[in-house]
Amino acid sequence: MIVPLQHVLVVAGLMFGLGLACVLTHRSLIMILIGVEVMINAVGLVLVASSAFWQQVDGQLVVVLLMALTSAEVSISLAMVVYLHHRKRSADSDAFDEMKG
Amino acid sequence: MAAILFYILSAVALGATLICVTRRNPVHAVIYLVHAFFALAMIFYLFGAPLVAAWEVIIYAGAIMVLFMFIIMMLELAPDQTTEGPGWKRWLPVLLLSGTLVVCTLLLMFADAETASGVPRYYASPRTFGYALFKEYALAVEIVSFQLLFAAVGAFYVGRREKRKPRRAP
Repeated sequence: MIVPLQHVLVVAGLMFGLGLACVLTHRSLIMILIGVEVMINAVGLVLVASSAFWQQVDGQLVVVLLMALTSAEVSISLAMVVYLHHRKRSADSDAFDEMKG
Repeated sequence: MAAILFYILSAVALGATLICVTRRNPVHAVIYLVHAFFALAMIFYLFGAPLVAAWEVIIYAGAIMVLFMFIIMMLELAPDQTTEGPGWKRWLPVLLLSGTLVVCTLLLMFADAETASGVPRYYASPRTFGYALFKEYALAVEIVSFQLLFAAVGAFYVGRREKRKPRRAP
């Protein structure tokens, strides 16, 4: 392990906080998805660092599964963004604040 | 050496992410996020995960961000670019970040060449990685493949075109 694990955790925590702030503050659906991506990458950083800390390969395997999960999530959520844009001509989350069929 | 590189790269990743989440133009946000992913990939390499680093570049920076860019351009979500001030000021942060990344890559390559002493820097070679992935985690791989199939079917379903109904005027 080249650096203490605490430093990596601090970096990953800051990155997760930035992603969370992006999700909470932006109104554009694309920017919300970008915030989700940032958070997922912070989690991946923690997993790889802990894998190096305990000298086990499992953390890296979980990161690979996480990448597959992320690609599935991104494909379906971007398809939904396209669908919502066709419905309302807008990718703003405030345009979808009513719940009707 | 590796510790200094880690701190530089994490500063680059955090700075690029910070610039990314404060942009209004989603195209600029995607560009800065690609820089953050490159820095993260090099951090993964420093932590002894070369395969994960390669996949970070290929899948995240290569595929997912291009998908984002494709959707942004297809739906015309980016605002019209207005000319503001001199051009080089807008190019400065992205040039700084990518220059730092290139310098870090070169440092990593030459440091690797110097310390090559027959002992691999990583402890998870692709061989052990593959054995662990397809033996211990075989069930997880199957579940993830099912999930990818469901995502493909769901994307087809959401993106289908209605045949009967006349399209509503925009």
